[in-house]
Amino acid sequence: MAAIIKVDNLTHIYQAGTVMQSYAIKDISFEIEEGSFVGLIGHTGSGKSTLIQHLNGLIKPSSGTVFFKGEDIFAESYSLKQLRSRVGLVFQYPEYQLFEEDVIRDVMYGPKNMGFSDEEAREKAIEALKLAGMNEVFYERSPFELSGGQKRRAAIAGVLSMEPEVLILDEPTAGLDPKGRDEILDTIDKLHREKGITIVLVSHSMDDIAKYADKLLVLDKGELKYNDVPKAVFREYKELEKIGLSAPQLTYLAADLIKQGVDIDPEIGTVEEAKNEILRLLKGE
Amino acid sequence: MKMIKAAHIFFDYIRRDENDNIEEVNEALSDLNLEIEKGSFVCILGHNGSGKSTFAKLINGLQCPKDGTILVGGMDTQDESKLLKVRETAGMVFQNPDNQIIANVVEEDVGFGPENIGVPTDEIWKRVDASLKAVGMQAYRLKSPNRLSGGQKQRVAIAGVMAMKPECIILDEPTAMLDPNGRKEVLKTAHELNKREGITIVHITHYMEEAVEADRIIVMDKGRAVMDGTPREIFSRVDELKALKLCVPQITELSYELKKAGVNLPEGILTREEFVAHILPMMKEAARKRQ
Repeated sequence: MAAIIKVDNLTHIYQAGTVMQSYAIKDISFEIEEGSFVGLIGHTGSGKSTLIQHLNGLIKPSSGTVFFKGEDIFAESYSLKQLRSRVGLVFQYPEYQLFEEDVIRDVMYGPKNMGFSDEEAREKAIEALKLAGMNEVFYERSPFELSGGQKRRAAIAGVLSMEPEVLILDEPTAGLDPKGRDEILDTIDKLHREKGITIVLVSHSMDDIAKYADKLLVLDKGELKYNDVPKAVFREYKELEKIGLSAPQLTYLAADLIKQGVDIDPEIGTVEEAKNEILRLLKGE
Repeated sequence: MKMIKAAHIFFDYIRRDENDNIEEVNEALSDLNLEIEKGSFVCILGHNGSGKSTFAKLINGLQCPKDGTILVGGMDTQDESKLLKVRETAGMVFQNPDNQIIANVVEEDVGFGPENIGVPTDEIWKRVDASLKAVGMQAYRLKSPNRLSGGQKQRVAIAGVMAMKPECIILDEPTAMLDPNGRKEVLKTAHELNKREGITIVHITHYMEEAVEADRIIVMDKGRAVMDGTPREIFSRVDELKALKLCVPQITELSYELKKAGVNLPEGILTREEFVAHILPMMKEAARKRQ
């Protein structure tokens, strides 16, 4: 499959040339395949947020570059404005960025900025709100009257209305309750499966990511530590702990059982996988 | 001894239009009855809008109930002459670490509360010392709060509450905005304060894993307490929790699923150790039969 985003030896230095100089990200290279669901994990301060802001050109690298569909996005002639509607970025706590009088106008803001008429923008906004799983009764409400989970949907719809090919979400479930969390993750999963949107999900919950991602990028102190399928990364749970992360809880269970001499798959990540594996062992197959 | 006693509490959020006419009434608490024992560690679970945070605000008198009474250490929160004392008795820590730190230096932040209520200077410093020690943040005493991690900021916020010498601390989703390490730090601090200093802890959360070690869990829904019991009792009721849009710790869910598939496991398994202790003999037995 073709790479939709290619990150090439990317480095970003904060306060370069001063005594405070520090590497936010250091010589990172990887590719994101079109249509994939990538999990980006790292401890607070590992450089996740800095990295994703490079992917749609919000900040410029100190060295190295990013390619979108083979084109260098930091080249002089490249239109970053256009890129930003194709690579949508949903920030952490995006509900703080809602500002319009009502939800629908907030979501229309993006397409209107892209030059669409009011009518077209409205159509796109309604489509986006539906995709984000927003109930129609909220369209005319002020964003500030919504619950946390609904606000977040409105904010995600604001990015979806620009019909991006890649959707990057920075901790989209932070601060939500389990119900809100599952709803948002299911919505993202649906966008991926049904609309074929490439997803980059930033999270520090391995349990969330285990269920959805087909590829994991793990950052530590600005460096790319792993770039592999989730199971292969979870196998390194001891290393993950050293960098302030942990594997899904059930991976630890598998490790405990292996220590007791049980011949169980060490790469278990979800309840479903653990259940099937244990039932298989109990049936003695 | 009861630390908190809530009887028949009702509370509404009222939305008014420009002319002050009532537009919408949302009932947040509806006949809530709860008692919390002194010295206990109680977790309150519930999805958003279940009334848990409203209840927290009632405990230290930030809001007053529409109906019913709430007693904190025997004092009625609606008695204005006691309000200051109520707030000293029951301190609160909120969700966002950045919203509750006000000073430029950690020690000053911790000393702000006692200074405000006129505690003599040398007593303030004694309290600052003791509080920072209690949350394990002595090393950061002279640092700027800006440079701290989320978990450390929450610990400073807890120290600020400790400096008021409370009998009870209410933690309203203190870990919701933290990463896994920060979450562990804060939870460990809360448990230590409970064990070492005998402080009653009311921990409001929606992370089920954080509730496993509590003495008692109260589940709220639609403004009432709908489940109440030890973690083991509560987490054996997987279907009810799911109906309330809550989930159980993954290890509990796995045990539940296996039980449904016919594996003979007890209800309400909470830890990996327990699970292994139960499943291992069965696996060994299965392996023996195979040979």
